Amino acid sequence: MEIIRIKDLEKKYKTGVTAIYDFDLKVKKGDFIFVIGASGSGKSTLIRMLYREEKPTKGSIIIGGVDVAKLRNRKVYKLRRKLGIVFQDFKLLPKLTVYENVAFALEILGLPRDEIRKKTMKALELVGLKNKAKNYPDQLSGGEQQRVAIARAIVNEPKILLCDEPTGNLDPDTSWEIMQVLEDINKLGTTIIMATHDKEMVNRMKKRVILIDAGRLKEDYAKGTYTHEIV
Amino acid sequence: MKLFRLLGRSVRDAFKSVFRNFSLSLASISSVTITLLIVAVSMVLSYNIENISTLIKKDFSIVVFVENDATAEEIEEIEDKIKNMDNVDSYIYETKEQVAESWKKSSDTFKAIIESWDKEENPLADTFSIKVKNLEDINNTAKQIKKINKISLVRYGEGIVEQLLSVLKVIEKFLIGMVLALVLVTIFLVSNTIKITIFSRRKEIEIMRLVGASNSNIKMPFVIEGLFLGLLGSLIPILATIYGYSALYNFVHLENISPFLQLATPSPFIYIISLILLLIGTIVGMFGSAGSVRKYLKI
Repeated sequence: MEIIRIKDLEKKYKTGVTAIYDFDLKVKKGDFIFVIGASGSGKSTLIRMLYREEKPTKGSIIIGGVDVAKLRNRKVYKLRRKLGIVFQDFKLLPKLTVYENVAFALEILGLPRDEIRKKTMKALELVGLKNKAKNYPDQLSGGEQQRVAIARAIVNEPKILLCDEPTGNLDPDTSWEIMQVLEDINKLGTTIIMATHDKEMVNRMKKRVILIDAGRLKEDYAKGTYTHEIV
Repeated sequence: MKLFRLLGRSVRDAFKSVFRNFSLSLASISSVTITLLIVAVSMVLSYNIENISTLIKKDFSIVVFVENDATAEEIEEIEDKIKNMDNVDSYIYETKEQVAESWKKSSDTFKAIIESWDKEENPLADTFSIKVKNLEDINNTAKQIKKINKISLVRYGEGIVEQLLSVLKVIEKFLIGMVLALVLVTIFLVSNTIKITIFSRRKEIEIMRLVGASNSNIKMPFVIEGLFLGLLGSLIPILATIYGYSALYNFVHLENISPFLQLATPSPFIYIISLILLLIGTIVGMFGSAGSVRKYLKI
């Protein structure tokens, strides 16, 4: 079953730079996909279009039956509530505790307090940070902060988790821990799309890998060992 | 139910944010406080000047002398005519004997002079003192009175009234302009301060958007926070107005210098000013926040 269907996608920035051309992709439910490519190849643009931070200039992105490309700015939040997003720089709110950061994604939905507590603690447990719930982000290590961000991304049980270089700021050991967390989440049925530079890790994970080169989908490996010299 | 939960959370988040962004909150609160204090002072000042000008205006009257040979019926007729004029607010009628009595009381010199007169010799005239409703029409009213029979003289401070009125008009216009300008400056300053504090939190807004907060989800806590800040900022100016002005009113007695220099009675005008300050503070706070947040929302 396809959960994401990208057809004939094109993104041209106002500056005249074309970041993505002729892009087609089908993502099955439960997939774990690495998106790789050199800096400026367009992989970040692709991820950003998936959560509709950028609007495609042409083509369609169907997620759960809705064409994200046609979504109005005012309605973007409806898409975001179905997605989990993890960033390279974590994007945690520094003035909120770990618990509050994760619970925030549920509070905006207007869920009852008990349900928020239950779900938040469950998500924190999944990423192994139940004991740090009352800490503030700046009291945590980089890997821990990223795990908080992951907990926030999955707390609403999204079908799809988008990760834009989630390990880009982390050392190899910590990166590997994060990958384990993501793999656990994937095993629970969440589709994961992750943009990364980390060749070693991609080869070690043996997942589907798509290679973007100068805005085009160049290769689509089913089981991701790749030998191309990129990055 | 869901709506109430969201509203409750916005209120709670707004409170939290006021304390967790304490220095920013303090900046906003003090900018509201300072500008509203200036607005309060200018409002108190202009109200008092307005008050004094009313007192001065009220003091003007038309003095009408009745001819000496007027009969009682004729005087009654004059009184009737004056009573029925539109612009006449009130009047006092004194016979020349009563006028002499009141002059005697006013100073010893007058007393000595008046007592030297025979009863028949009183050179004064029966007098109407008339207060008008609208000082600007005093000229026309005086003209009308002049036309009445058996009246020897009508005086109302010709020349002075016109000059005074034009001066007072300029002062009033200036005061209204000043208060309005200050209110505008307040709106500008406060909304700018709020803009800066929200600018420093644009990342927070971006993150809210990324985790799926709708525009109203994001706006609500900021608007409520703006309301809190406005409320807290107007607190000191309100207390200063109420207690400061009451104290001023009790301790400063300018009427000893001149009967016109009277401070306006504190109640109810200090409460009206307080209400205005509160409204300016909260409304500018709310709309300032809403407007500034809007800039960081993609709509």
